[in-house]
This record gives sequence, structure tokens and C-alpha cells, in this order.
Amino acid sequence: MDLDPVLLARAQFAANISFHILFPAITIGLAWLLVYFRVRYTRTRNQDWDQAYQFWVKIFALCFAIGVVSGITMSFQFGTNWPGFMNHAGNIAGPLLGYEILTAFFLEATFLGVMLFGKDRVSHRMHLLACTLVAIGTSLSAFWILALSAWMHTPAGYVIEDGILDVESWWAIIFNPSFPYRLTHMLLASVLTASFLIIGVSAWRLRRGTDATISLLVLRTGVLIAMIAAPAQVIVGDLHGLNTLEHQPAKIAAMEAIWETGDSVPLVLFALPDEQSRSNRFALEIPYGASLILHHDPHATLQGLNEFEGEHPPVAIVFWSFRIMVGTGILMVTFAWWAGWQLLVRRRQPSPALLTMASWMTFSGWVAVLAGWYVTEIGRQPWLVQGVLKTSDMVADHEASMVLGTFVAYLALYAFVLVSFIATLRYMSLSKPRTQTAELRDKSAQMDELPRPPEDS
Amino acid sequence: MEAYLPTIFAGMMGLSLLIYVILDGYDLGIGMLLPFGNEDEQDMMIAAIGPFWDANETWIVFGVGILLVAFPQAHGLVLSTLYLPVSAMLIGLVLRGIAFDFRAKAVAEHKERWNRIFTCGSLLATCAQGWMLGSYITGLRQDATGLLFSGLITLCLPSLYLMLGAAWLLVKSEGSLFDKAMRWARLALLPMGATLLLVSLATPLVSSTIAAKWFSWPGLLQLSPIPLISIAAYATMLWMLFFREQPLHRRHWLLYGWLIVICVLAALGLAYSILPDIVIGRMTVTEAAASPASLWFTFWGAIIVLPTVLVYTIVVYRIFSGKASPLSYD
Repeated sequence: MDLDPVLLARAQFAANISFHILFPAITIGLAWLLVYFRVRYTRTRNQDWDQAYQFWVKIFALCFAIGVVSGITMSFQFGTNWPGFMNHAGNIAGPLLGYEILTAFFLEATFLGVMLFGKDRVSHRMHLLACTLVAIGTSLSAFWILALSAWMHTPAGYVIEDGILDVESWWAIIFNPSFPYRLTHMLLASVLTASFLIIGVSAWRLRRGTDATISLLVLRTGVLIAMIAAPAQVIVGDLHGLNTLEHQPAKIAAMEAIWETGDSVPLVLFALPDEQSRSNRFALEIPYGASLILHHDPHATLQGLNEFEGEHPPVAIVFWSFRIMVGTGILMVTFAWWAGWQLLVRRRQPSPALLTMASWMTFSGWVAVLAGWYVTEIGRQPWLVQGVLKTSDMVADHEASMVLGTFVAYLALYAFVLVSFIATLRYMSLSKPRTQTAELRDKSAQMDELPRPPEDS
Repeated sequence: MEAYLPTIFAGMMGLSLLIYVILDGYDLGIGMLLPFGNEDEQDMMIAAIGPFWDANETWIVFGVGILLVAFPQAHGLVLSTLYLPVSAMLIGLVLRGIAFDFRAKAVAEHKERWNRIFTCGSLLATCAQGWMLGSYITGLRQDATGLLFSGLITLCLPSLYLMLGAAWLLVKSEGSLFDKAMRWARLALLPMGATLLLVSLATPLVSSTIAAKWFSWPGLLQLSPIPLISIAAYATMLWMLFFREQPLHRRHWLLYGWLIVICVLAALGLAYSILPDIVIGRMTVTEAAASPASLWFTFWGAIIVLPTVLVYTIVVYRIFSGKASPLSYD
């Protein structure tokens, strides 16, 4: 079997980074939701907000731990898989990652201990501060990582000497042209992922009648946030798309499966892009659609993939990932507004249909986040740093069998963790609220007290 | 000043890896000791590391981060050569980290399984770190001697971590667990001494560069405090644990303190052996350094932020000072 080492290294890195992003996508948003719960409790002294915090902080801790350990994997894999990237772009990538560790990683990891276990040891105000610092840490983390990621798409502020990239202006590097769009897009994505998670899990709980008051409170909070964040994401996404069109036209051409440059370009709703014949099969199109969306003018000219032959990303996967992301986004907006209308405007109790729908959408944020990252990262190929460094030149020279071996090990590990995570999430959600200590000192008494849900064997 | 930047960063990297060994060493050690406690003791052992392990682990990320920031060339060389042990360590750390959280939250019947995963993860990460350290000292040699030496350190590091774990439990525990921790410390002390001695003797044997640095006059005299104080520290621990009626006299941090002394001295010795190279015989600190602009940018950040990190780390250790109480998420 002949395996392409570049593809293998990419697959391994992609698997790790995909697994990793699932958890920060939750914690960045959830951290602020927890701060909100704490603030509401501080203001109202309503025990329900405290209970909501108690329940969700445990899930936060779980997501956080998985996020941290998989994040550590990332920091090593830059070196193990892409030593060329560090050799050529280390002057720029290094400090950005370094600042992430200095300002964010330490902050969140240290105060997490106080947030989780220190409630009885510190004052209420100190605890609120710890929660806020953890939330700031997670967002700062996103700031630095997105700065690097955005720079790889729209590099700026650098000079090249003997093939090595060097710094010209840190300001230009950090605030590179696509950075504001990417950061906002990702932060909103995280808020949406977290709000659909709390909506979904609360719906599971309401369907079982577990902790009804608190579940309903959290459900309504989640819906309110999603009502605002989902449409905002549509607008930010559109702006981000226009920014991409300006800097990475080949990616846009792949996202929309446009092969030939032309004006009045239709929007391809469905197609099977075929790179052999360089055309779309079974295309279903809306006339003028793409020109209208991308230039807000039905007759505008768009560049096609044929202008970038040999230098554009694989088309089908980018095209389809984009549709999955947008489709999920539309579902999220629709659901959020429908649920908001029912629960917040008409002030109704959630109907069974609404709860079922909400349960199904628990992990919709994950789907959209992954699809979105695939669009943008695969869409950057064959470049590692757009227009500057090629991915294939940066790869480490490992034996394919070794990479394959560790790849399989990582995949098995991640599958195991993911299954355990979802099983534990269900278990925690559907058992009666545990206000006791995490350590099950009096196990037998606890077992009587906590009837386990029937589907758990 | 600019000429010293690479050395300053090398020092910072060494310091953060040293802090990592001292701090996460006890987490991993307790992970390996976990199967030897009964159920209540296991919960207390977990409670003893609960608020800290996450931040402790961050020091290795920071150490590798500096390698990446300040010495991108070396980062690529070291990590791609150590691909296999790095992967093993990462899998170990992932297993350890998730098991910590799952064991308290998953179905109660699965707790025992998560305990085992916690132990296996800790052991795997420890051995992999030993392997990495070993290959690093030999200058990433892949021949038989290099492998043998790496194997030796792979066996050595667990005994140090076990010792750190037991000593940390002495600080944090009471009652039966305290007595057990004392027993574990006694059991681990001799193997730790033996392996440390072996490694100290073997290092100059596998690396002629290191041998030349140590066995020269008057270098040997100037360096003699390092081995002498180490031996004194070890002898003190030996005396405390085996010949004193009450080994710690209510100063429960004493053993951990002596272990820190040994770790610091070992780090100094190692630093002296390696510098001015960053990868022995392959590249020097200056050769591997990133451009001055990059170093300055990170330098100012680190100078401002690192003291802050240290301050709030101390604050958090103070908040959770004293004997550990059962972990409560409430």
C-alpha cells in the first residue's frame, strides 16, 4: 500500500485538531454563560441560578479537561508533523502560540481550580472573579489562535530572507486582513455551540421531567441567546465571505463550485463537482445567485477555478462542507426564532415537538463548527501559508507506517473519549441533581439515592 | 543584551520544564500509586491533586512553547526525532486528564475502570517522558548505546515521580493514607537513589562531550557542589525516613522540599552538561534561535506575564493549602 505522507500527516493533524476544537467550541461560550448564571444569582439570590451553575459547571469541567489535554497534543504536533512550518514561519507562529500559553492557558488552567473546587474556600466575590478570569482566558486563547490561523490565510507584516519568514510589524501580523472576521465568526460559533448544547440538554431533562424548573430556566436562557447570536452569525459569515473573496478567490470558487470565470454567475445549490472533467454534474442552480450574494450585484464577475488550475483546493469537499455549514446555520436560526416565539414571546410551555427538535439539535454547533473549519482550512490548500509556503514542503519525513500507526491509535483514543463524553453527559443530565460532593464517599447510600436512568446498562 | 536573549530563553525553558517535573511529577506519581490505596484513600489521593493538576500540566506546554518560540529549528528537529515517545506521552496525558474528570462523573460502576485508565495514562506519560529525556541527553542518538541509555532513564523517571507523589501525599493527607504514603516513600527512595546514581554515571559514558566538561581541572572542583549537595540531600532523606522515630516532625513538607533540592541540582547539572548546545552535538542555542524581533516580542510578554503567573499560582496554592478535603464541585 502506497500512502502519501503529506496526506497522512494532514489526516492525522486534521483528526487531532477536529477532535480538539469540539471542546473549546463549547467552553469558550459556556464559560461566559456560567459567568452569566453566577451574576444572575448574585443579583437575584434566586437558588435556581445557583443550581443551574452547579449543574453546568461540571459539564464545563469535563469539556475543559478534554479540551486541555487535546490542546497539549496540538502544541506538540506542530513540531512532530510540520517541522518545516516551524523552520520557515517559526518567527511568526512561535510568539503567537507563546502568547496564547502565557496569557490564556495559564490563566484558565490556574483559576479553573478555584472555580471548580474553591467555592467554600474563597469569598463569593473572589469566586465570581475566578469564573470571569477563566472565561477571559478561554476567549484570549481564541484571540491568539485565531490571529495565527487568520495570518496563515491572509499573511501580512512579514519579510522573507533566504526562505525564512521574519517579522516586520507585529501589529500587521496580528490584525491581518481576515483576523477580525475570523475571530468574531469563531466566538459567535462558540456561543451558538454552547447555547444549543444547553438548549438540547435541558430539553432531554425536560422530556424526562428531571429538574424541571431549572431546565426550563436554562432552556429559555439558551433560546434567548441563540435568537440573537444566530442571525448575527449570518451577517458576520456574509462579511467573512466577502473578505475571503478579496483575499482567497480560489477558495470562494471552490466553495461555490464555479469553474469558469464569468459574469452573472448562478448559485449552485446542489452538484457533484468533478475535478476530472472540471465541471459540475447534476447541478441545480439559481440564476445570478452567486454574483448577487458575493458582490450584491446580479451581473458581477466572479473568478472561476480554471484560473487557478493546479493551485486550488479540492473542490467537492469544500463545496459540500460549506453547504453543511450553511444548512446547519439556517436550521439554527429557524429553530432559535421559532422557539423564541413560542417560549419568550407567547410565553408558552415548551411543546413536545419543540423539545424533540431541541434534543436533535444538541450538537448542531459541532456540525457547523467542523464543517466551517473544513471549508476554511481545506479551502486554503495547497498552501499552508496562503501564497507563501506550500503544505507539501513543510511535512516531516516520517515513515508512513509509523504515522499510520499513531494515527490509528489517536483515532481509537478519540472515538473512546467522544463516546464516553456523550454517555457521561447523558448520565449526568438524566440522573437527579447531584448537589453532593463529587467524591462518592458513601457509595451505597448514593446508589439508593440516585436511580440510574433505565437505558444505562 | 540581544546576544544573551537565546540563553535567557534557554534558561526560561529549562526553568519551566523543571517546574513541570516538580509539579506534574507528583500528579503522575500519585496516578501510579493510585491502585495501592483503598477506595476512600483513592478519593483523597485524587483530591490532593484536584485543584492543581491542570495548571501543573501547563508548564510542559509552556516549556515546549518556548522551544517553539525561541528555537524553531530545534523544535522541529527534537519533536520530529522523538515522534514516537511524544505520541505515547500525549496519549498518556490525554488518558490521565480525561480519567480524572470522568471518574467522578461517570456511572459509579465505571469508576474502577477510570481509576485504572488514570494509572495507565500516568505510567505511560511518565515512561515516555523518561524516554524523551534519555534520547535528548544522548543528542538524539538512535544507536544501541543511545537506546540503552534511554531505556535506563525510562526506568528511572517513574521512581522519581513516585517519590514526588508520595511526598506530596505526606503534605496533603492524614491518617491511614499518610502512613501509607510514608511506606511508599520508603519503598521508592532506594530505587530512586540507585537509578539517579546510575544515570549520573552513565551520562558521561554515553556522551564524550559531557564527560569532557565534567572531568577537567579545575572544572571538577567548581562543579563539585552539585553532586555533593545532592548526595547530602539524599542522605538526609535516607536518615529521615529510616532512622528517625517521627520522620517529619510535623513538618510534612520536608521530604517534598528535599526532593525539590535534588530536582533543582539535577537540572543545574544537566544545564551545565548541555549548554551552549540546545541539541548536544547538533546545534547550539544561538544557532537555533529565532530572529531577534521574535525573541524581543516574546521576551517582553514573558517578563511581564510570567511573574503574574507565578503570583497567582502561589495564590491558588495558598487557597488550597493544608490537608486536602474531599473534592466538592459545590
